[in-house]
Amino acid sequence: MQSIYKSLTKIVDEEFVSNQKEELYIYSQDPGMMEPHEPDFVVMPKTTEEVQEIVKLANKEKIPIVPVGGSLSLSGLVIPHQGGIVVDLRRMDQVLEVNEESRYIVFEAGLTTGKLKAYLEKYHPLLRFSIPDAPPSATVVGNIVIHGQGRLTQQYGFNSDMVTGMEVVLPTGEVCKIGSGSVSPYWFSLAPLPDLAGLFLGWFGTTGIITKMGLKLYPKKKLRDIEVFAVEDPNLVPDVIQRVTHTEMSEDIFTGAQPYPPVFKDIIMIGILLTGDSKEELEFKRNMIWDALQCHIDSKEGGFMMMTPDVKQDLLEMPTSSTTRFADVKKGGGFEYCGPIIPVEKFPEAFTRLLEITKKYGITFGNAGRVIGRSHSMMFSFGYPFNRADPENIERTKNALHDTNVASLDIGGVPWKPEVPAQKMIMEKMDKSTLELMQRIKKVLDPNGIMNPGNWEVE
Amino acid sequence: MMYDYADQIHRCFKCGYCKFSNNYTDFNCPSYNRFRFESYSTGGRLWLIWAWSKGEIEWSEHLANIVFSCAACRNCVEQCPMRFNEDIVDWIIGARSDMVEKGLIPASVGEFLDNIHKYGNPWGMPRNERDIWAEGINRYTIDDDNEYLFYVGCVGSYEKQGQQMAKSVADFLRTTGVSFGILGSDEDCDGNEVLFTGEKGLFRELADKNIEKFKELNVKKIITLSPHAYNSMKNKYGGLGEIKVYHYTQVFSEIINSNNIELSDLNIKVTYHDPCFLGRYNSIYEPPREIIKGIPGVELIEMERTRENSFCCGGGSGNFVFDLLGRSSNSPSRIRVREAYETGAELLIVSCPSCYCMLEEAIKTEGLEEKLMIKDISELVIESIKNK
Repeated sequence: MQSIYKSLTKIVDEEFVSNQKEELYIYSQDPGMMEPHEPDFVVMPKTTEEVQEIVKLANKEKIPIVPVGGSLSLSGLVIPHQGGIVVDLRRMDQVLEVNEESRYIVFEAGLTTGKLKAYLEKYHPLLRFSIPDAPPSATVVGNIVIHGQGRLTQQYGFNSDMVTGMEVVLPTGEVCKIGSGSVSPYWFSLAPLPDLAGLFLGWFGTTGIITKMGLKLYPKKKLRDIEVFAVEDPNLVPDVIQRVTHTEMSEDIFTGAQPYPPVFKDIIMIGILLTGDSKEELEFKRNMIWDALQCHIDSKEGGFMMMTPDVKQDLLEMPTSSTTRFADVKKGGGFEYCGPIIPVEKFPEAFTRLLEITKKYGITFGNAGRVIGRSHSMMFSFGYPFNRADPENIERTKNALHDTNVASLDIGGVPWKPEVPAQKMIMEKMDKSTLELMQRIKKVLDPNGIMNPGNWEVE
Repeated sequence: MMYDYADQIHRCFKCGYCKFSNNYTDFNCPSYNRFRFESYSTGGRLWLIWAWSKGEIEWSEHLANIVFSCAACRNCVEQCPMRFNEDIVDWIIGARSDMVEKGLIPASVGEFLDNIHKYGNPWGMPRNERDIWAEGINRYTIDDDNEYLFYVGCVGSYEKQGQQMAKSVADFLRTTGVSFGILGSDEDCDGNEVLFTGEKGLFRELADKNIEKFKELNVKKIITLSPHAYNSMKNKYGGLGEIKVYHYTQVFSEIINSNNIELSDLNIKVTYHDPCFLGRYNSIYEPPREIIKGIPGVELIEMERTRENSFCCGGGSGNFVFDLLGRSSNSPSRIRVREAYETGAELLIVSCPSCYCMLEEAIKTEGLEEKLMIKDISELVIESIKNK
């Protein structure tokens, strides 16, 4: 092991290589509930060439290698289940290009969502990207490789649908460009080439390490506002979503429900965000949405909520810190969630299952959902705060998480960014030929099985 | 381990907000900037302390370095979105206290505390050299009718930059007719850094000794040179009774405004570095700026990270002496002077002797001596008065 350490320090400045207990401990876990497992080394490369040399070393020595961004999936996707080398990409955080005319950006894999937001606000104030609800220390690439969603997801799909190109270090050490950047200096599009990006999106680093990415940027409007429509009957939610998405007037549509404080009990809130370059544009959109939902107001089944300015500000915030604060609602420092991607019409069933599970385990919950595309699907999160210092509470929440994964698949959904046990459930249910195709692709790309082992793995 | 906050520290989610400035333009945690491993972020540090308190990890020199490398700048308190944010620094100091009690501290921290205990200053300098800079400045005595006790502090007494500051503050007070005196070789360490390194017993001893001395001398008002001393006396001592404590910038601002002090045109572009113990700890942002802006010809260009969002020089919590964040181009002081230089200012203005030492050294290391000067506010004011 000492020789591996020495080899790593020849590749990366010794200051950024560690095999000390403290770093190994920190990188053995994420803020979720998955069992920790320590790596043998943590290394923070600065360049693609350094990543390449680390991968070559790991491949030669057949040592597991785990690429890490913000380590915030909560589902333990970067826990080094078999030890090895954690490659923490956070020093690679430069913006390399912004093309204002073709509205794309190229950046390094360690760039955080927080820094990208600040960068665009400062240098390209008319452009934006789809900011997820994760804390600002989440990396943009990390969010995309797990098919994350963000503020523009209702308009443009999963954040991974916005990729225009990437640079990847393959498990055997070759550096590969994907998309127009492979034949042109411009990283504007994956099409019209064969879509090789899919070999690396949703694979959780088991097929290669993305070192650079191209991403679509979108017009940033001057004004943003929010309306919140509240209903008590979960069966109405798909219709509300259908009506609002039909107007094509909203920036983002999310759902939220929680039993506390009591004023929110039995209410499902549907947040509808609006943007515009003028007050007139904003009012026009607002009127369109109000008109679309007038029938539910007339029937007294739903209505728009009054909001205090601070509540409004909270809901408009990007990234939204209230999502993070959910970890402290029980003063326990943790929350875990399963956020399956489901057909929109399955919302009522998902909601019913959520209530059943929380009742069964005597735990509280927070539900957050987000419409993906023009009602093409939605993320429905079963979120459970837990007390990190209470093993019994953790155990109950783990069981609830297990039941939630089962429920997600039962209702026809697919768990999003699934932890290893949920990956296994998905693979058990998966079409056998599809599963075999996945395994064949993995084997071809990673013949020695070094990349983030344990994930998407058939025993 | 009997960690005082064992029932609270697990509440940190390690979300990482604490690393940032408030608009996310950059990482704003000094130790995270310096080392970049998650273990050196506030969240990582808290998780390690919790792991140590539970016996999941053993103490090590490396763990102690991680715990003591926090400059206690309070950026994490500003940025943390949780309701426990105000407690974070205490959670870290609590771990330090435990390490101090068990003698499990980095050698340099041990030497720092030892020197303060034996000599009343962190370098082990002779007490009788404490007022070597103060030729012609009166001692504060009970018999004189002095308005202020000018508390100079350790950095002001022994470090070149601090002595310059102390001289110019004294010069200003004399010039404007304010009566004051110093304690000279009778002065003791204020104890702020002792408290923040977790040596609560020694802090109490120093605080009590100082309070006793102030009361014996019938002190009514204290001017501190250092924001660190201001913080400890104002917020941590307790028992000062009616004695009022001011940082010198507050007194300057008041005197300049009320006495219409005439200042000459300096024709210079400057930027100002908010010290953590004046800014984030005590919300004193305006008086220094009022003084700077009141000098004719001085154009203040703010750095990107300023006020509550200021980036610490890395000298807090005793690091201006034991410097666990030094020896790198990623050292906070070097990052900060590069940021100051990027504003286009010719002069970096400080109001804390520790920041002065840290940043002047960084200017030299960065090779910016010809491009960026550094001065304390008091020096700038004196220069302006003397040019008149």
